[in-house]
Amino acid sequence: MKTFGGPVLFLDRSDINTDEIIPAKYLTEITKEDLKPYILEDLKLPGFDPKGPKTLNAKVILSRGNFGCGSSREHAPWVFEVNGITAVIAESFARIFRQNMFNCGMAAIELPKADLDIIFSHADDEDAAMTIDIEAQTLNVTGGGKQKSFSFEISPFDKALVMAGGWVDYADQKY
Amino acid sequence: MGKTTAEKIFDAHLVNEPFPGTKVLRLDAVLCHEITTPIAIDDLIRRGKDRVFDPTKIKAVIDHVTPSKDTKTATQAKILRDWARRHDIKDFFDVGANGVCHALFPERGFIRPGYTVIMGDSHTCTHGAFGAFAAGIGTTDLEVGILKGVCAFRQPKTIKFNVTGTLPKGVYAKDVILHIIGKIGVNGATDKVMEFHGSVVEAMTMESRMTLCNMAIEAGGTSGICQPDMTTVDYLWPFISGEFASKGAALAEYSKWRADADADYDQTIEIDVANLQPTITFGYKPDQVKTISEIAGTPIDQIYIGSCTNGRLEDLRIAAQILKGHKLAPNVRGILSPATPAVFKAATKEGLIDIFMDAGFCVTNPTCGACLGMSNGVLADGEVCASTTNRNFMGRMGKGGMVHLMSPATAAASAIEGKIADPRNYL
Repeated sequence: MKTFGGPVLFLDRSDINTDEIIPAKYLTEITKEDLKPYILEDLKLPGFDPKGPKTLNAKVILSRGNFGCGSSREHAPWVFEVNGITAVIAESFARIFRQNMFNCGMAAIELPKADLDIIFSHADDEDAAMTIDIEAQTLNVTGGGKQKSFSFEISPFDKALVMAGGWVDYADQKY
Repeated sequence: MGKTTAEKIFDAHLVNEPFPGTKVLRLDAVLCHEITTPIAIDDLIRRGKDRVFDPTKIKAVIDHVTPSKDTKTATQAKILRDWARRHDIKDFFDVGANGVCHALFPERGFIRPGYTVIMGDSHTCTHGAFGAFAAGIGTTDLEVGILKGVCAFRQPKTIKFNVTGTLPKGVYAKDVILHIIGKIGVNGATDKVMEFHGSVVEAMTMESRMTLCNMAIEAGGTSGICQPDMTTVDYLWPFISGEFASKGAALAEYSKWRADADADYDQTIEIDVANLQPTITFGYKPDQVKTISEIAGTPIDQIYIGSCTNGRLEDLRIAAQILKGHKLAPNVRGILSPATPAVFKAATKEGLIDIFMDAGFCVTNPTCGACLGMSNGVLADGEVCASTTNRNFMGRMGKGGMVHLMSPATAAASAIEGKIADPRNYL
């Protein structure tokens, strides 16, 4: 069973791009670990601090439409990965970012706006957390004494990539 | 039911369909640069799989930061350089021969109609101008492409853009694509191919078609695609004259990649350019556009002409035509980055470089440069750039900077006036 989860970082805006996730000037780093301090450095959102505890403790990001648009840099999923964030939940994703997440064995899960609105209502709960079960395609949210489950769609290919731990291992076996 | 260009290319390159909706394609070209490739190379070495599927189908260039500015970028360049040598990748472009990937590779004739092309760079969609399926991908897809020569895609639907009318004076491919992105939004074509048709596209040069396709990703598009025609054949002729008995024969062969008249489109969008004005972005997203009459007079600090969008010879000619005999306004600085050495040489020969330098522009070597703020031309906090590039994201050209995307003509007029200005007053 492949599960992801933990504390949630709420980023309530559409079209968050990969330049905001990891600015281009840091693309000269040649190890993933070296990207770690620069997570979301250029993202400007009310109440958001890229170096604050909510960012540093997060295991899951919740956002809105067209998450990860712009540059193809896989440094965006990598900077999440080295900070312990292995899943992003959003209304929709830019193609390259979404595929990069699955190619790394991580999860980019789409939920309808109505479901996202419910989860965003936990934004002020200090204990807001989420568990994502890829195999069962379910997502469980807890926070502020409440709990709710959601189901989601995932393509069979993307599911296989998560199970295989990423595209390189999968492709190496099959092609 | 007929097929779109992308559907024809998918069918011809299909390796298998491991799951419904996912197609693994055979690749004709795997393009590499020094920012996204070194980590793929390192990972292949770490896995004990330091191999390439076919060195003749891999092309590599150092373009984002060149010549290297520090130890880190020198190391990235070295990893790519050593790898190209180790694997006998002959089409590797190092300092002196290098230029912006999406200008350099087409100029060398590497992209042909019907090709499948990937690169670890989102603006790979540029190459669809040749009737190819060309998609930006991340480092993991690149790594598998290098090792196995395949890439997995969801079969994209296609949006047909029928661009008609006559381009008014002072209005160019850049204005058309900014207008289209403004109309459909930054995710208006996500997971879709943008297929460009109509009399306006048919009349465009290959350079203009590349400008059009270059920004497909700014609407989320997987690839821009233009229909291969005699313009395509003429551009490629120096590279293909040994393969075909005549241009007519090449056209007949390449025409098989043209979309069928009865192809099934997700959507058809009519774009009439007859009344289109010079179009400029105003915010931090490429779909936030205004016409010149709405934004003229906006203060600027820097003008940047270059990049994979608008750093080709045609772009330099258009800007120079406006700049000729003028000086930069005293409140601004100008930077020109010709996209490739061939562009630089031709522009020098034609006297265009003199025009830019006489106007007061700094002329840099061919590189991605200021576009993504990795090397030269970075803005200070609060500064504004009139730029011919493709992204106006917050911080893109430097923390706290603002970028207005526009055509080379609008950038040149803005250089003269020291504020965003209407190029039509100079034509």
